[in-house]
Amino acid sequence: MRYLPLTPADRTEMLGVIGAADIDALFADVPEAARLAGPIAGLSAHMGELEVERVLSKMASKNLTAGTTPFFLGCGAYKHHVPASVDHIIQRGEFLTSYTPYQPEIAQGTLQVLFEFQSQVARLTGMEVANASMYDGSTAMTEAVFMARRITRRGKALISSGVHPHYVAVLRTLTRFTDDEIVTRTPDLTADDYLVELAELVDKETSCVVVQNPSLFGHVADLTPLADACHAVGALLIVVVTEVVSLGLVKSPGEMGADIVVGEGQSLGNGLNFGGPYLGLLACREKHVRQAPGRLCGQTVDADGRRGFVLTLSTREQHIRREKATSNICTNSGLCALAFTAHLTLLGESGLRKLAALNHARAVQMAERLSRIPGIDLVSEVFFNEFTVRLPEEARPVVRKLADKGVLAGVSLGRLFPGVRDLERGLVVAVTETVTDADMDAYEDALDEVLG
Amino acid sequence: MLGHARTTAPEAANDAAAGTTFTGNRGLMLEEPLIFEKGAVDRCGVDLPEPPVVASRLGGLERTAEIGLPGLSEPDMVRHYTRLSRQNYAIDMGIFPLGSCTMKHNPRLNEKLARLPGFADIHPLAPVDTVQGALELIDTLAHWLKTLTGMPAVAMSPKAGAHGELCGMLAIRAALEQRGDARTVVLVPESAHGTNPATAAFCGYAVENIPADARGRVDLAALKARLGPDIAAVMITNPNTCGLFEPDMIAICEAVHAAGGFVYCDGANFNAIVGRVRPGDLGIDAMHINLHKTFSTPHGGGGPGSGPVVFSAALAPFAPLPFVRKTRDHYELVEEEQALASKDHDRSFGRMVAFHGQMGMFVRALSYILSHGNDGLRQVAEDAVINANYILASLKDVFTAPFASTGPCMHEALFSDDFLEGTGLSTIDLAKAMIDEGFHPMTMYFPLVVHGAMLVEPTETESKASLDQLIGALRSVAERMLANPAAFKGAPYLSPRRRLDETAAARKPVLAWAG
Repeated sequence: MRYLPLTPADRTEMLGVIGAADIDALFADVPEAARLAGPIAGLSAHMGELEVERVLSKMASKNLTAGTTPFFLGCGAYKHHVPASVDHIIQRGEFLTSYTPYQPEIAQGTLQVLFEFQSQVARLTGMEVANASMYDGSTAMTEAVFMARRITRRGKALISSGVHPHYVAVLRTLTRFTDDEIVTRTPDLTADDYLVELAELVDKETSCVVVQNPSLFGHVADLTPLADACHAVGALLIVVVTEVVSLGLVKSPGEMGADIVVGEGQSLGNGLNFGGPYLGLLACREKHVRQAPGRLCGQTVDADGRRGFVLTLSTREQHIRREKATSNICTNSGLCALAFTAHLTLLGESGLRKLAALNHARAVQMAERLSRIPGIDLVSEVFFNEFTVRLPEEARPVVRKLADKGVLAGVSLGRLFPGVRDLERGLVVAVTETVTDADMDAYEDALDEVLG
Repeated sequence: MLGHARTTAPEAANDAAAGTTFTGNRGLMLEEPLIFEKGAVDRCGVDLPEPPVVASRLGGLERTAEIGLPGLSEPDMVRHYTRLSRQNYAIDMGIFPLGSCTMKHNPRLNEKLARLPGFADIHPLAPVDTVQGALELIDTLAHWLKTLTGMPAVAMSPKAGAHGELCGMLAIRAALEQRGDARTVVLVPESAHGTNPATAAFCGYAVENIPADARGRVDLAALKARLGPDIAAVMITNPNTCGLFEPDMIAICEAVHAAGGFVYCDGANFNAIVGRVRPGDLGIDAMHINLHKTFSTPHGGGGPGSGPVVFSAALAPFAPLPFVRKTRDHYELVEEEQALASKDHDRSFGRMVAFHGQMGMFVRALSYILSHGNDGLRQVAEDAVINANYILASLKDVFTAPFASTGPCMHEALFSDDFLEGTGLSTIDLAKAMIDEGFHPMTMYFPLVVHGAMLVEPTETESKASLDQLIGALRSVAERMLANPAAFKGAPYLSPRRRLDETAAARKPVLAWAG
């Protein structure tokens, strides 16, 4: 057993030191009725590396990978190129196999990384502080709504129709048994994310308005009027960003008046991974930080006066405050945060701006190509790197037929909003720096065949 | 094997020994500035093509002001993080005896397999026909988790242990609501992880403590006395956070069920019983499994984890979406649409998370399960328990072991700091002295039921030699602390940083670079 260092002789000797007749004596507290006598049903004996690799590689080989095919899927998970050095860094044992940095004297590596990460996220989002990560964008958004409730002591949240429906579903799940009121509606297949309507709906009972920018459809909007409408009645504006690369080109939520910014950080440093592990971002204004969930890393000095970093404001957290904690989160996405910050450190400001500009330009090119095809309408007007088109027929079967031809063409709104007639012809197409001209050609050709 | 006990305060023989070098470095202990002090906004370590010239579709919403993000070239970036990494302790360096955390070795095969493009480079919303192998993997792991726990259903999507607790408690609340039963209170042992009460509160419950008896187990009589029509659930960690199996678990479950409540089991310590005990046989209703503990997915300095939740038949209908369903030779992903159309799943309480859970952790956990097989998994539990008892037996003459007289422990050994009484020193001083000895300290001040608690969990991946070294160091430090308490007030002396001022950090928080 390659992972188990004890030999039979060790075990015998140790049982002697313990004073136990046999191993079963150590399990004496387990009731007879609950002792598993035989082997684990159906599980074979231990396997060598080669055998395990065979079993799992066979499963992996049954999947169509993004890197081997024209690929245009987004909607909360994006294919970007991750530099090789990033994956090298996160596989260093000192990062990979360390624990939450509760012992700061021997965790300065992790802690300095978190401080740098928090600083980068705060700057990117245009906020003052950020936490050391959440599980993903959807759970970060839910925590932000709870945070707004604690700050405003109000319980009504207005959710824009442009927010990812999975995110709204998570919020609904976690507010099923609370007094929170969640107001939202299904989107229309238009370029309007109903922000004007939201601004009119905000009232003195509203704790927060939640807007996604770029929206699920890919649309970018000026949120300043909405922020003003929120602040006029003491409500908070929460902005969700599922594509962080957009922040290299688009005015930050903070500049538009956001109070809390949450997001999915997967785009930087992290692969698609079929949806996880991902990286939740949460940033806010400093005055609200004591209501924030999750871990925070802060700067201090050691006994010799040297700069160092520690986890701080822990009295908000479950291990100290128990049932009065701001959140029950414990394990977060530390290693994904390292990947994010390492990738962003490689890019720097100039690199991020260029990457974002490249994404936008390629998306514009693709949108223009598709809008020239008879029967296809470009729904989107202002967008970053994904946009929405209306097909002449239901999009979901079209996506499946294009996949049969080896083209992963986008996310059909019918999959995300099952049963909504108005949306079933909608298709969200994402275009990142990984898309080539040949990919675009292949897409057009395949679409020609499928739409006949 | 004690080695040479050396004085912990280095005596300055020259400037270098006193740590006053020109660079601030001390030999291989290298100082590293922040990226904000090293990088520049116009430096970039990635080569990108020039964007094609197009008419912008941003509607005038371009960002204009400087963001202030420093960049580094690739060599400087690699060096930055490499130098930082060397200030971390890690499992790869030595034993990580954190009670309740199960810091076992992270096999590198798992890392390799999680990076196969067939798992790492697939999109969660790709058409299901193009990701059959991914769904097969999730379904296969789900099968083994159900088999190992003896439970009929599992929700794979929760992202960590605490997220799994939420998932389990939401199912309990949904089940109670469905039968029109508005119970308001959740009982939690005093020794529980903080996540338990926090989770219960998040689900809208009032939290009450159940006392422990003198043996460190749930006081069954006190629990029974408190059960009634207002008790929604009891959350129990088993093996518990004192490192002890709850021998009355079957009776507890029967009593709670008889009173109309549910039993949530915190599976943080499943490592102690995997392959030997199926929690389902004890009568529990829901339990999360920390894949980053029992099944060795790496902790990564704080995450990511993964916390699938197994359910009893009573709770299965309320399990969250999505989940994988196998039909003959095809796997489907049951999302909202199919669930609503199916009588079996229309009671699901909804979604825990966007997409389907921690695929990268699923691959690692399945690789771990297959690597061990039925013989190896059982051996995991046995070796984890032998190692912990060996530590308990070897140190109980030095430290106070409050429950050692009641019999063996499971996977972790619990000590108190009673032996330091009168010295002016406490658990934290011992922990910091262990840093000078080259160890990560054990869990301190948890569980709350023991004064100055020290909870030591070696895991099964430590050799006897490794344990002997830890035992020798703990014994030596304890003896020296009693002989010369003053020398230990300032520990650690030899780590990259001395004791940090946490009070100042909290009083005036500096949470971001302000330069």
